[in-house]
Amino acid sequence: MSALELFSLPFLQRALIAALLTGLAAPAVGTFLVQRRLALMGDGIGHVAVTGVALGLLFHTSPTWTAVGVTVLAAVVMELVRESGHTNGDVALALLFYGGLAGGVLLTGIGDQSTATLQRFLFGSITTISEGDVLVTMVLAAVVLLLCLGLAPQLFAIAQDQEFARVAGLRVRAYNMLIAVLAAVSVTVAMRTVGLLLVSALLVVPVATAQQLTRSFRSTILAAMTLGTLASVGGLVLATFASYGAKVAPGPTIVLVGLAGYVVAWPVGMYLRRRARLRSPFPALPPVGHDTTEHPHDHGPGCGHLAVPHEDHVDYVHDGHRHAVHEGHYDEH
Amino acid sequence: MPMSATSTPPPPPAVAVQDASVVLGGRPILRCVDVTVEPGEFVALMGANGSGKSTLVRAILGLHPLTTGEVRLFGHPLHDHEDWARVGYVPQRPGAATGIPVSVREVVAAGRLTRRRLFRPLSAADRAAIDDALEVVGLADRRTDTVSHLSGGQQQRVLIARALAGEPELLVLDEPTAGVDLPNQEVLAETLAELKRRGATIVLVAHELGPLARLVDRAVVMRDGRVAYDGAPLLDHEAHEPWFADTHSHHHEPPGHHDHAPEVRSPLDRKERRPR
Repeated sequence: MSALELFSLPFLQRALIAALLTGLAAPAVGTFLVQRRLALMGDGIGHVAVTGVALGLLFHTSPTWTAVGVTVLAAVVMELVRESGHTNGDVALALLFYGGLAGGVLLTGIGDQSTATLQRFLFGSITTISEGDVLVTMVLAAVVLLLCLGLAPQLFAIAQDQEFARVAGLRVRAYNMLIAVLAAVSVTVAMRTVGLLLVSALLVVPVATAQQLTRSFRSTILAAMTLGTLASVGGLVLATFASYGAKVAPGPTIVLVGLAGYVVAWPVGMYLRRRARLRSPFPALPPVGHDTTEHPHDHGPGCGHLAVPHEDHVDYVHDGHRHAVHEGHYDEH
Repeated sequence: MPMSATSTPPPPPAVAVQDASVVLGGRPILRCVDVTVEPGEFVALMGANGSGKSTLVRAILGLHPLTTGEVRLFGHPLHDHEDWARVGYVPQRPGAATGIPVSVREVVAAGRLTRRRLFRPLSAADRAAIDDALEVVGLADRRTDTVSHLSGGQQQRVLIARALAGEPELLVLDEPTAGVDLPNQEVLAETLAELKRRGATIVLVAHELGPLARLVDRAVVMRDGRVAYDGAPLLDHEAHEPWFADTHSHHHEPPGHHDHAPEVRSPLDRKERRPR
């Protein structure tokens, strides 16, 4: 089968659409998560989504919708805990991690589903996406993109400085919830593409790559979306061609392509940062130490100033400085 | 305008704090504080470390809940104060840099949010205000630079520009001079002098005033969560006389540390309640 025939197959076209939208939407949310130093939140939500998927399998409904429901609920709970608790959320995140994964595996067993079914969701199965799934992905991705880009100034201000945002009259709690819910939705959107265990990579890796090269938030979020799209579509295409020779899963390929981008960008980023540091050197200071102004007082033995032997001459402590005679004036030593 | 002078009542104070108490982590930080700031006044809030001066401004801005008393901004009680565009806040420096590179202009643009509608791009007025704010703090040539590449004093000026971009009538600054070198303090003093000329009300928390001293109309000195002095401006050393200073120790308590409460907590423990 030639490449052209391959890409005219409906299942691959559906996969490409899903990859494109996931690659656009996930890094948009991921940028706000990284800005708030919640890079692992996507992972926590991904683990909870396992329970959601298992619930869907158990009751024979759409796993996508049950996953959306469970993850949104978990994200809201996590945000409430983070807001009111003393820990900054990492312990709460860890608790959800374990609960979500354990619950999912347990429910899959109860529902008498094979682990192979669950594995489709754990590691992604972009090539088995149905038409309905593509529609759901498109709608959810569009909503995520619209909110992320439309409310970017507000979300940015809150991620940057919560207290300032509060004084600016923003409803900080509502926006925090919104970010959590958007993260949950984008996790379920990306679930079919790269799988729940790798989902956070699509949220975080393009952002980490982009910020190596960018100097502003705006360019970071746009570059992350571009890189995310390149990684997910490129990874899918790469996996498709590679499957002529061996069994190559698209999910891990997408993540590895994204990571390869980071590996390439990192040295460039190092170089750029180094140059930026060199560009703004210490401000030039007036030269110190050669005071040619008239000195109103001749230092000498018994002049009233403390004499300090200094190498081959004597300094006199004067106004907190040490003065040394030098050709008719005094140097600061 | 003699007519209006007789017919309109005097404007309400920009800030009116009445009998305000704040308890953080079970410990009283502010005790029955009464402070009023009239429109156009420049008030310096001084005092030793831990005297409650930062807590007072944070309570004024609604960042700490009050256990007793009331705060009114421009005559409105804090809980139904909606007009946050009239208030500008310059927090202490940390917070300017986060996980993502952010340009100076983007941080300053965040100050415009008080006046922007949802889902709308920056208007021409927004852009003009942002450029003006950058100009006032002298960072117009650094607008595309990443904030984290700036020096500490310059980052502080970025935060001030952010507050200015919202064109506030009341500007609250929390320790803007701490850890800032003298040239940057001079720039700050010029900036605030310009704002004072434009008629802004300024509340400034400061350990030491330095070049700002000449701008201050009134000094309020805090001690142990109470107002110890409220009157004519004081010199830096006067505000640190023994009768204003903390009588117990001069140690600075690290933020967020509760010396009498167990440090191990579960994620579900309640923190201090926050409004909204």
